[in-house]
Amino acid sequence: MSMSGIGAPVRRKEDFRFITGKGHYTDDINRPGQAHAVFLRSPHAHATINRIDASAALKMPGVLAVFTGDDLAADKVGGLICGWMIHSKDGSPMKAGAHPALAQGKVRYVGDHVAVVIADTYAQAREAAEKIVVDYTVLPAVTDMNAAVKPGAPVVHDVASDNTVYNWHLGDKAATDAAFAKAKHVTKLDIVNNRLVPNAMEPRAAVGDYDFGADSFTLYTTSQNPHVARLVLSAFIGIAPEHKLRVIAPDVGGGFGSKIFIYAEETVCVWASKKVGRPVKWTADRTEAFLADAHGRDHITHAELALDDKGKILGLRVNTKANLGAYLSTFSSSVPTYLYAPLLSGQYDIPAIYAEVDGIYTTTAPVDAYRGAGRPEATFVVERLMEVAAREIGVDPAQFRKKNFVTKFPHQTPVIMCYDAGDYNASLEKALEMADYKNVGKRKRESAKKGLLRGVGISAYIEACGIAPSAAVGSLGAGVGLWESAEVRVNPIGTVEILTGSHSHGQGHETTFAQLVSSRLGVPIDNVSIVHGDTDKVQMGMGTYGSRSGAVGMSAIVKALDKIEAKAKKVAAYVLEASDADIEFKDGKFSVKGTDKSVDFPSVALQAYIAHKFNGQDLEPGLKESAFWDPTNFTFPAGVHICELEIDPQTGVTRIDRWTAVDDFGEIINPMIVEGQVHGGIAQGIGQALCEGAVYNKDGQLLTASYMDYTMPRADDVPSYNVGMTQTRCPSNPLGIKGCGEAGAIAAPPAVVNALTDALGHENVPMPATPHAVWRAAQSTIAKQAAE
Amino acid sequence: MAMTMTGEVHLPADRQTVWDKLNDPEVLKACIPGCQTLDRTGENGFSAVVKLKVGPVSATFKGNVELQDLDPPNGYKIAGQGEGGVAGFAKGGAKVSLSDAEGGGTILRYDVEANVGGKIAQLGARLIDGVAKKNADAFFANFGKIMQQ
Repeated sequence: MSMSGIGAPVRRKEDFRFITGKGHYTDDINRPGQAHAVFLRSPHAHATINRIDASAALKMPGVLAVFTGDDLAADKVGGLICGWMIHSKDGSPMKAGAHPALAQGKVRYVGDHVAVVIADTYAQAREAAEKIVVDYTVLPAVTDMNAAVKPGAPVVHDVASDNTVYNWHLGDKAATDAAFAKAKHVTKLDIVNNRLVPNAMEPRAAVGDYDFGADSFTLYTTSQNPHVARLVLSAFIGIAPEHKLRVIAPDVGGGFGSKIFIYAEETVCVWASKKVGRPVKWTADRTEAFLADAHGRDHITHAELALDDKGKILGLRVNTKANLGAYLSTFSSSVPTYLYAPLLSGQYDIPAIYAEVDGIYTTTAPVDAYRGAGRPEATFVVERLMEVAAREIGVDPAQFRKKNFVTKFPHQTPVIMCYDAGDYNASLEKALEMADYKNVGKRKRESAKKGLLRGVGISAYIEACGIAPSAAVGSLGAGVGLWESAEVRVNPIGTVEILTGSHSHGQGHETTFAQLVSSRLGVPIDNVSIVHGDTDKVQMGMGTYGSRSGAVGMSAIVKALDKIEAKAKKVAAYVLEASDADIEFKDGKFSVKGTDKSVDFPSVALQAYIAHKFNGQDLEPGLKESAFWDPTNFTFPAGVHICELEIDPQTGVTRIDRWTAVDDFGEIINPMIVEGQVHGGIAQGIGQALCEGAVYNKDGQLLTASYMDYTMPRADDVPSYNVGMTQTRCPSNPLGIKGCGEAGAIAAPPAVVNALTDALGHENVPMPATPHAVWRAAQSTIAKQAAE
Repeated sequence: MAMTMTGEVHLPADRQTVWDKLNDPEVLKACIPGCQTLDRTGENGFSAVVKLKVGPVSATFKGNVELQDLDPPNGYKIAGQGEGGVAGFAKGGAKVSLSDAEGGGTILRYDVEANVGGKIAQLGARLIDGVAKKNADAFFANFGKIMQQ
């Protein structure tokens, strides 16, 4: 291992500019003559729009235009799309209501886009928006999924008269029913997976810029996948053909999924830049982020686990209602279906699984992928069931898991996935050791002496990352392939530019990708730059989400580097006057086998470009190669997290005392970055478990629309993490990588809740387990203890 | 989001006087905090413009108020709704009842139920009860002063 190659804990190259305020985010971009957009948003959760009177607004100083849904329709601008087709049990396609970028006739959630004002300054646009008079007829709202599916409930979209987008299922119902019929014990659990607001540090923003001379658009936007944005804006929304639309996603300050999607605001900004003849900029304020970023999670689930008399799992039955909000966001349909149910086998050998999922419309903000996307929800179901089942049959939860672990690979689950590699026992054993699990009882007694309730909770998660084999996801309804692209440009003096379709918005690609190149070509990482986030530079790419940039994005780079090496060997053969079959490449040097003749990589690069040593007809000059990598399988990171906490039953305050994380991410490029991803993920998971929850009242008003009412985890809410690794190489990509970006957020919530319920001695505590909720839950515990 | 508020206040005037003042738009206008205009639009209807500040949200609400279930001089119901543009909306009502106080004067009881939406609900959720109480107190303080004039 070199100081900067694969496996080295290299400091992130990008951090200097981030921590010195020199990053270049979308809001930092200002185009000459730029105007500003402010969106008028619906204050009602559900209403028909009878009339929009913008006459007073248009007379306000600085106002260039006010546009409504009618203007978009007149220009034949298409609606926002959902790119994953889900079919119901009966084979019928999902019922997707129209999703115009500006409302047409009806608003469906508080924050829905009614009109846009474009003015010289932001303040003028804001002032003018106040003057728009909208005549609404307010309709009843429906925010609760159980209420939404009752006959007579307010209908969000006419195409789905029962507010049900789909009734989807996966698995073998008959086999699962048979498994339950012979069960010795059945554990049943009702679970609510709380709704979350993504809260990336950088709010969404967009600058649309139309060039009349070139008849082409440029859109600067906070996107995790600018090429997908261009594809959708071009092919479906119809802004301009792809060669006339450039999408640039510069530095992006966190996404967590919420910046995958193609939203109304960037659509309107890029379209309006031609209408008003000036660049148009919009930056969300924090309230807009709360209202109109796609939210996450929001499931109601009933789950049952069937066991035989020896504590072996026979079957799993899951019924989930997933809140999809008022419109189908870009990938929303896939999150509670194909990103959820295929993970319900967890780390366990479960012979029969049957899952039913209903996607429900409500008059709330759209819900889509959020860090983990479906997999945290699946893990929460499986790991809560495992813990409760172990308690019910009186077996140690660690031993119960061990008894049911998958131990032979590859392992085909009953729900699509084929696990390629893992060693679940190794992670569990290591985690138990690191957590000093055997002495938990002693620590519980010590806490009890202080009047505190101590609990320990295990979460043995699995996730499917590295999404995904294109043909496989295509067969499941995806509208796109999920390969990745790379181009390696070696410059004449041996510096290297990597063009990647992956997008970094906090993950540290500029460092890890450079480490890969440094290892392969023997050049210092400072001689490698990573180019991403610009559709004019990188031809095509699928972006970053689902922990795919290592496993898929870097695999594409490996493939292009293979081609570079092969070409460079040919150049080196001419330089060294040897047969290219005899050229070896190691530590940045090309040498002739069995001799001391060698030439270094930069010299070969130079020779490739000056092309003096070979005939241009025999070998093309230059050193530039590209590749597309289509994965052969998902990857399956897995691990065990153990949370140990204390509750003060007098105040309801939970203090996490210890956190042990043992993850198997396969091969690791940069252990420091991996550990950072684990820390961040756990903090987000603890946030979901203890702090965060988006709340709509029955009128559809978002009550948690600011940091006064929506609690993000703070430094004193999270413990110091004890992070360890186990390693099984992933056989499905050349680097053996599995992915680490979401693991913490997937593993943490059930670990916390299993620990809370262990401390409380009963299962009735909701997420977020706020001090109030825990205090209430602890009252019955105290009463029970007093009775004993 | 919904907000409810109940209370009572002792006023130094007899029931008929209080009732008359409660039906006098000029008096109401002077007493409602932030009220800029209050114009009669019908026998029991008024249009109103009220400037309100809830936490960080400041807005001018334009709306209609109607007096219902008039039972002179014992009480009525006020029902109203207002639009505050980008700030959102408010709608609701108050039941007002008058009774003779022991030892003179009048007891006015009020029972308010209101709903707000949009930005005031988003940003002001936990301030609304406080703001409502403050405005109610201000109203009756003003009203009490007029009674003494």
